[in-house]
Amino acid sequence: MADFIKKIANIDRRYIFILIALTVIIPLLFPIGMPVTETKEVMAVYDYIEKLPQGSAILVAMDYDPAALAEVYPMTLAVFHHAFSRKIKVVGMTLWNTGAALGELAMREAAGDIARVGEDYVYLGYVVGDVNVIMRMGEDISAVYPTDYGGKPLAESPMMKGIKNYKDIALIVDIAAGATPELWVAYAGDMFKKDIAVGCTAVSAVGYYPFLNTKQIIGLIGGMKGAAEYEKLVKSRGTATAGMDSQSIAHILIILLIIIANISYFVMRRKDKLLKKA
Amino acid sequence: MILLMGLASAGSLRAQIEKRDVNFEILGTVTMKKGDILWNLARRYYGDPLKWTLIKEKNKIPDERTIPIGIVIYIPTVEAKKIEKKVEEIIAEKKAFAPVTSVTASDTPSDDGKSVTITWELSPDDDKVSQYEILRSSTASGGFEPVGQVPAKTNQYVDERDLIRGNEYYYKVRATDKRGISADSQVFGPVKPVAQWFNEKYKFIGIAAIVFCGIIIYCIYHARRGQEFFVRRIAGIEAVDEAIGRATEMGRSILFLTGLSGIGSISTLAGLNILSRVARRAAEYDTPVLIPACDPFVMVVEREIVKGAHIDAGKLDTYKEDNIYFVSDDQFAYVAAVDGLMLRERPAAIFYMGYFFAESLILAETGNSTGAIQIAGTDSDTQLPFFIAACDYTLIGEELYAASAYLSREPLLLGSLKGQDWSKLVLIAAIVVGVILESFGIHWVSHFFSVP
Amino acid sequence: MKLRVPLILCFLCGLLMIVQFFIPHPPFTNMYEKLLDWAIIISIFTIVIGLSSLIKLHYTRIARKTPERPYSVVVFVGMAVMATVGIINGVNGKEFEWLFKNVQVPMQATMFSLLAFFIASAAYRAFRARTLEATLMLVAAIVVMFARVPIGSFLWQHIMPDSVLQWRENLPEDVAGWIFNVPSMAARRAILLGVSLGAVATSLKIMLGIERSYTGSGE
Repeated sequence: MADFIKKIANIDRRYIFILIALTVIIPLLFPIGMPVTETKEVMAVYDYIEKLPQGSAILVAMDYDPAALAEVYPMTLAVFHHAFSRKIKVVGMTLWNTGAALGELAMREAAGDIARVGEDYVYLGYVVGDVNVIMRMGEDISAVYPTDYGGKPLAESPMMKGIKNYKDIALIVDIAAGATPELWVAYAGDMFKKDIAVGCTAVSAVGYYPFLNTKQIIGLIGGMKGAAEYEKLVKSRGTATAGMDSQSIAHILIILLIIIANISYFVMRRKDKLLKKA
Repeated sequence: MILLMGLASAGSLRAQIEKRDVNFEILGTVTMKKGDILWNLARRYYGDPLKWTLIKEKNKIPDERTIPIGIVIYIPTVEAKKIEKKVEEIIAEKKAFAPVTSVTASDTPSDDGKSVTITWELSPDDDKVSQYEILRSSTASGGFEPVGQVPAKTNQYVDERDLIRGNEYYYKVRATDKRGISADSQVFGPVKPVAQWFNEKYKFIGIAAIVFCGIIIYCIYHARRGQEFFVRRIAGIEAVDEAIGRATEMGRSILFLTGLSGIGSISTLAGLNILSRVARRAAEYDTPVLIPACDPFVMVVEREIVKGAHIDAGKLDTYKEDNIYFVSDDQFAYVAAVDGLMLRERPAAIFYMGYFFAESLILAETGNSTGAIQIAGTDSDTQLPFFIAACDYTLIGEELYAASAYLSREPLLLGSLKGQDWSKLVLIAAIVVGVILESFGIHWVSHFFSVP
Repeated sequence: MKLRVPLILCFLCGLLMIVQFFIPHPPFTNMYEKLLDWAIIISIFTIVIGLSSLIKLHYTRIARKTPERPYSVVVFVGMAVMATVGIINGVNGKEFEWLFKNVQVPMQATMFSLLAFFIASAAYRAFRARTLEATLMLVAAIVVMFARVPIGSFLWQHIMPDSVLQWRENLPEDVAGWIFNVPSMAARRAILLGVSLGAVATSLKIMLGIERSYTGSGE
């Protein structure tokens, strides 16, 4: 028994990897359909966009790279889907050069047949500089991006005729894998007084609660769960909702592993104490 | 008799005209005065006096020469489209609403002289307003161009469009309703945007910077004069020598990572400070230090630091430039390369000193699997839990910045550490005082610390 | 002299950047952005140095026939293919996009997904109740992991009796929210304040020349 407990306490990590792989793959193949409950920070973003008048414009900054796709891509698509269905114009851009192509893919995929490039959305792509880009866009977007990602002059896009700078943008949504929301809050939010909503990975989400509490951001979509909540609100079942089952089971597995590890630890510790006494 | 007949005739004409059915779109209304004729009204409203017949026809005027004084004439639109609204509704809609009042424009304070702030009292008919448009000109008499717009219930706008410092500008505010009817305010001006020499918004930052820097410099000054300062033990820093010793004994290398931020990041600089100490000790023991770099700029600096450490240790011949190399600036390409390096080289000690992102756990777990002793230090609060879980020792937040002082034991550096501690005490006192005052509804402290 | 010039330059540049933050008047306006532009230009030159270091490293491995040389060949082939396709068809071209979408995106996503496995193994090894602090950490981790997925509220609402549900409909979510908003945020803010002061002190030390490791002159 003691040897068994010792083996459990020092189990080869590869067995843990196999268990994790199974808990992720099986629910994807055989969905359970776990219900998703909306949280108020995600609802805040949804309600804000829902209340915008038709024809207004939002800026979506897709500041992520392929590594974070699983968490942030579904929320990007959900936000676009929401905006396009409400006839809200979308200006897309990115501060991350590795995300430039991803932004275009996301906008094209979300637009489908319901939105047209140049009329309902424009993708500006990537330009070098973080703070520089944010601040200069506050004065004149076309000075930073004279053309869109496809090389077409911005002046030729019908929807950009009424959009010169942040004053013509109702909301900035930063969907980020890194720390760019802090730049958007500090510069676009504090200096230009724009409302900012943040979408981010689950790990980073905790760091943005202070901004939420001080109302420096109007809402927060955190991780795959936040993306699943937004998908539920816009009534579309995307990869985030599908991934919730796997994430749920994986979390339960990790909790069980922690409990087992602690049980084995206490048993081993008790055994060592008894041996010492003996 | 004739007078009576005339009066009777005018009365019946008035009654006849007033019976008309006003079911057409109108441009406005005119109360007929002595001398008013339809010809002049048509010229005024249409620019074409020949259209007087339209006014006559729509108002059912039998004789345009004998229109009674005081009667209201409705001026139809040229198309004279038929509508179903009551005339009272039409008049109410067409009636111009009250413009905004008390328009003032002033130079925006604490800026670079390229913005003007315009404020006004809302129109009394603000509920009918769809937007307020702000117009600007360089003269009071005309040439006003729109520079911005704000929705109803807003009484302020900051104009930052193409202003030139020192030039004079005039402003007015145009209230517009949903049908496009607008009312302009009085013109205000001239106003000159001027650059200020001090940004008042940041005054508390300036005061805080002076206070904190002053405290640190004071402590450095006392350290220079020989005063000794007590600093508490930090297990992670004390383990640095142990880690280097372990690598030397096992005949294996040390792996040093300075994070994924560039040279501009203060945590990278802190990591480089620690690197110089570690590289010096490693050079003394002839222990190789491998440094895969994520940023070529940082790589160049790391090479200089390690070379300098070897020179200081008198072991320039053991310096190998190829141990410090650029891998990739892509996050996960870098991680893949470093993981491979860990599994192949199996370093005995691994240092993570700098700013890390999501890759921190991947690196730390891989390092753990090789059996290396791992010491991490980062100011990235999102990655600290992963390092704490996976590494043997972790320097939390500012301990990373303190590490170079601990390792060198230089009096000046220890003095600066003390200054940091005293500054923190001042900050804690301000927080406690602020919380107590806020609890009693006194907002002075929180207002002082807020940036407008 | 060799050391003095960089230290003086460092001090003057540091002082200038502090002063320009407080003075909106020209010529201090836009100084920060201009210096950033200069920094970008300088960093482009260092990319050349980095690239040459990379090429030298992998060429040496191939020339010396080290066991890792196949990976070095992959590095060169990858660089050549992406550069050639990008130059010929442009970075917005279909071929480059195909390579990005079907090679780089899956590789990066794969590396990121390693976290799922490593968090499990790290949690199994590290979350043991050795001390009071470790116990608090593992309890907080369990509560948050349970509450932040749909199964948490699902199990709570199906296992707990109605009387408990009337008191707290979703207790795990409430407790996780409290952990995020109170102790976790307090700790983060404390770390942030300490880090900010540490950054001020480190910057001051570098400006005053007390900390001069970056010059390569050692201690």
